[in-house]
Amino acid sequence: MRFSLLSLVRNAFSNHQNWGRQWRQPEPKKTYDAIIVGAGGHGLATAFYLASEHGLTNIAVIEKGWLGGGNTGRNTTIIRSNYLYDESAALYDHALKLWEGLSQALNYNVMYSARGVLMLAHNHHDVMSFKRHIYANRLNGVDNEWLSREQVKDFCPPLNISPDIRYPVVGGALQRRGGVARHDAVAWGYARAADALGVDIIQNCEVTGFKRDASGAIAGVETTRGPIATKKVGVVAAGHTSVVMARAGLRMPLESFPLQALVSEPVKPVFPCVVMSNTIHAYISQSDKGELVIGAGTDQYVSYSQQGGLHVTTHTLDAICELVPEFRRMRMLRNWGGIVDVTPDRSPILSKTPIAGLYVNCGWGTGGFKATPGSGHAFAHTIAHDTPHAVNAPFTLDRFRTGRLIDEAAAAAVAH
Amino acid sequence: MLLIECPHCGPRAEIEFRCGGEAHIARPADPSALDDNAWAEFLFYRSSPKGVHAERWNHAHGCQRWFNALRDTMSDRILATYPAGAARPNITTIEAAR
Repeated sequence: MRFSLLSLVRNAFSNHQNWGRQWRQPEPKKTYDAIIVGAGGHGLATAFYLASEHGLTNIAVIEKGWLGGGNTGRNTTIIRSNYLYDESAALYDHALKLWEGLSQALNYNVMYSARGVLMLAHNHHDVMSFKRHIYANRLNGVDNEWLSREQVKDFCPPLNISPDIRYPVVGGALQRRGGVARHDAVAWGYARAADALGVDIIQNCEVTGFKRDASGAIAGVETTRGPIATKKVGVVAAGHTSVVMARAGLRMPLESFPLQALVSEPVKPVFPCVVMSNTIHAYISQSDKGELVIGAGTDQYVSYSQQGGLHVTTHTLDAICELVPEFRRMRMLRNWGGIVDVTPDRSPILSKTPIAGLYVNCGWGTGGFKATPGSGHAFAHTIAHDTPHAVNAPFTLDRFRTGRLIDEAAAAAVAH
Repeated sequence: MLLIECPHCGPRAEIEFRCGGEAHIARPADPSALDDNAWAEFLFYRSSPKGVHAERWNHAHGCQRWFNALRDTMSDRILATYPAGAARPNITTIEAAR
């Protein structure tokens, strides 16, 4: 059923008791044209674009837990595309353009809010680095502008720009098209839209192995709900990609780390934009519910525990208390961790693999949410045509062999 | 925060340490003999297991010495620590460490 003013009015007359289910709970079929492993935002988006743009509707998304229950439901929902390198800017801006029309495309309000992402500079190196980013972004058609210290204060009044704090704010880079979206709505919107096109979303079903034919190509998957035949499998398993790919006998250039986030008690609107500081490590925005949404860092060791050390969040809160002194007496309601898969060059992998019919979309590290629509769109193209889309062609698995790295981490001084 | 047993100093808080990633990755004995696949494996491929992981730690704010640890990556429990250069203890499951 389409959401519209008419459907809202009609359901109001029955006290909203008769809204239908958003997606089915299908039993797995014996065979599909393609299977996506992992029903997070990226996996569901991949399925949606496979069905809507490439006409592949006999497909399934298989999820070990529940849809949107991994990093899609755990991130701090920041959207931006101001990456330094041409390859990254093209990929992330491809996503940002899709964000702008996503609610209409899905007929589901993902609450994309272009309230601006402000990245704070605290020292001379930050200023030089950010200005380099701004010029590189402009050459790539990505909006990004420099704000002086006073302009930073005008754009985000709660910030403390006093020169006598430990790391004073000396300016900032602002991407006005950046912002936030409602993370759960992104998963639900893609799930609902994909389901409406005939995609089977099969939850509580773990892929335990891969079947290969005589030529070595993918012939199907083994799951906890029985074997399913298919010739194409796209693995979109985020922090567990190494674990899933090992079941196909492939090692990955990935390490999985816990990344934490936390939210405060809800308060009235006080914080108008997203503020990031890579130098003192703080990410903060205010959700539409009124909670401050705060991103902390990764732990230093490989882990699948979905929880991190409290000293990591404390470090971030120290920075936030200095940047926004009025938040010092806020109480934090919840903190949690997700497992992020990090590549050596901090850029993602959207790629074919050495196994015919097996594709992988992983390595988004600490910043995959912003790319959800673009990632799914490009990955769907890769699976449907067995050849990458122009925007994800550089993000191969093979680049770690050829040395054609997209080394955002070293060049950008940006936590992603 | 982890409580880590430095083999030289005893148990200390995690903030005294830096993790140095996967342990027991030997530098190639004859680098010029390696092909691109072998270089990629040495430089970029890591095991990232869901289970027992051997990793290097540096007691940066203590004795400053490197040592190795076995840790279960599902519970973060440290199963053993041992000096750099020592053989990896034969612990492959968390049950075996008990």
